[in-house]
Amino acid sequence: MASALPPYASTGQIAWHYGFRVICGLIFFFLIFPIMVIIPLSFNAQDFFTFTPEMLRLDPEGYSLKHYQDFFTNPDWQQALRNSFAIAPVATILATALGTLAAIGLSQSHVPFKSAIMAILISPMIVPLIISAAGMYFFYSRVGLQGTYWGVVLAHAALGTPFVIITVTATLVGFDRSLTRAAASMGADPVTTFFKVQMPLILPGVISGALFAFITSFDEVVVVIFLGSAQQQTLPWQMFTGLREQISPTILAVAAIMVVLSIMLLSTLEYVRRRSERLRGMTPS
Amino acid sequence: MNSAVTDTMESMPDDGVMRAADGTPLKKSLARALRREKLRSFVLIAPLLLFILISFLAPIADMLFRSVQNDIVSDTLPETVQVLADWDPTSGDAPDEAVFAALYRDFYQAREQRIHTRLGSRLNYESPGFSGMFRRTGREIRRYDEAGPYKSQFIETDEDWGSVETWRIIQKFSPRYTPGYYLTAIDAESTSDSLQLKPEDERIYLKLFVRTMWMSIAITVSCLLLGYPIAYLLAHVKRSTANVLLILVLLPFWTSLLVRTSAWKVLLQQQGVINDILVWANLIDDAGRLVMINNQTGTIIAMTHILLPFMILPLYSVMQTISPSYVRAAKSLGATDLTAFWKVYFPNTIPGIGAGAILVFILAIGYYITPELVGGTQGVFISNRIAFHISTSLNWGLAAALGAMLLLLVLALFYCYDRIVGIDNVKLG
Repeated sequence: MASALPPYASTGQIAWHYGFRVICGLIFFFLIFPIMVIIPLSFNAQDFFTFTPEMLRLDPEGYSLKHYQDFFTNPDWQQALRNSFAIAPVATILATALGTLAAIGLSQSHVPFKSAIMAILISPMIVPLIISAAGMYFFYSRVGLQGTYWGVVLAHAALGTPFVIITVTATLVGFDRSLTRAAASMGADPVTTFFKVQMPLILPGVISGALFAFITSFDEVVVVIFLGSAQQQTLPWQMFTGLREQISPTILAVAAIMVVLSIMLLSTLEYVRRRSERLRGMTPS
Repeated sequence: MNSAVTDTMESMPDDGVMRAADGTPLKKSLARALRREKLRSFVLIAPLLLFILISFLAPIADMLFRSVQNDIVSDTLPETVQVLADWDPTSGDAPDEAVFAALYRDFYQAREQRIHTRLGSRLNYESPGFSGMFRRTGREIRRYDEAGPYKSQFIETDEDWGSVETWRIIQKFSPRYTPGYYLTAIDAESTSDSLQLKPEDERIYLKLFVRTMWMSIAITVSCLLLGYPIAYLLAHVKRSTANVLLILVLLPFWTSLLVRTSAWKVLLQQQGVINDILVWANLIDDAGRLVMINNQTGTIIAMTHILLPFMILPLYSVMQTISPSYVRAAKSLGATDLTAFWKVYFPNTIPGIGAGAILVFILAIGYYITPELVGGTQGVFISNRIAFHISTSLNWGLAAALGAMLLLLVLALFYCYDRIVGIDNVKLG
């Protein structure tokens, strides 16, 4: 079962060795197929959600870009795209700035009530979204934030901070405190020390935290449905209504674009992680 | 050494106390440094703590408060509630004229502010009929004879005003706080003296909680069955191969939830890809296309796919730490492959199974989007009911009570997760 099959393996062991690989292959297929199938389907020339005979014959007639064209020209989708890009970056900046500071604070050696504070700061990640959405809907209507741009931004920032804390804390674990002491002993003030010494080293954690916060906001539906008004209709919201009411094939084009986007994000993250390990003197795995 | 320092050195009393360079006792100086450090970390944490308290925890607290809050009766009918306090529902008679006189004044006020229908719909949750009665009374109350007698006029508008049951409910919901929403949320009702469960065919919420639980368990188990082999494979191939395969796990993890849900919606439809393939392969005929969506099967398949990475990643990280020499030692002592796996390897992976299973279960139990889109009516969770009460039936109190119960469940599970893994050890990607 281990990576290499010993020469003395019995027939049963050989059968299991390959059988196991086939099972794993099928599970990987289950993981990837639903995502990948969207891409060819999004080029369907018909308004169907399945492969037409023309597509299966690889007939160029069966393929078209009309769903993409619809996405890029339909004012509803364009507005949703603009809204998503108006909300997610602001929420990300807020979450990253507050989260990074707090993670640095938490990494100090003498923090009173550390685990209680950590539990509070992580809580937006644990509480089911529907409960956060319900609570925020009730509370934000009381204070007049319900249905406003800032209401959605604040909510999304709150949901994104736990990811920033976790990723930044992870990079701070390997952080050598004597580096800041060395900087201080050579006359750097705390702010200079932070930006010149600490920040470059924890930057990978900050970037991956920011990416997580961004994707949290960009992909979030539940809270925005409850907190937003029609003016804050984001891309996922538009997809959600599309899927629930009249399922339009444009959704497939949007989905395909988002799959490509997530591949790009994943590559960035992987690059950042390797760079960070190299910088900290670990061999990249 | 300059003279200033020499001076302080000389001026230090020689009492055997250790001192820092500036002359303060070392103990005090250390304590001050520690205080400063605590203060600095607090200043760094405070902005986020404050932000989370206001933007996140206050809303949760508000929700918990709403689940017991009930001031609508005493706010809308303040005088009636006071007079009604003396009425004894066990007497078997409707309240007397004094109560109706108070009701007339309160109701007239409420009618002017147009808030009587709100109270009507609130009480309608407890007993159907209130909403219509309040609306009817609202229409006719202006024509009432101001001099009274009020009781007969109210009863003329709607004879339910004369029933004991109506007044028992109004009296029961007079206090500012009520356990009523929680009772509804567990399908219990309190009759005049005792607390009991509703008849079996009327229990919707208990059934929904049970269904949410067993579907989440089904999802967790299928994630475990599919995730375990993958994690095992990842932990037992070369690092470079494992990294490539890991991308296949992380790609779904990073793909938008809506994208994955729409993919399943497309695949599982009756005219969808999977049914087409099955028909093409002659496994089923065209009339016998499988119904895999808008039911529990759809929810379980789609959510297993969505949550699978959350099972694989913790399992993989635990399996990486298990030394291969354990299994080798077992085999050299004569264990078969199966025994070595079951008696030696498997017990070592239990922490990973625990962590992954609790994580998947916590995430599954509160899911909203996927069940809403692929679950139909039979495959929905308690979250969908909460959303329904917030946006459609507008019974916010009940939504809050259901939410509070779900929250309690999740927090209890998370406490177990913290015991097994520790929140500090949560890793991403």
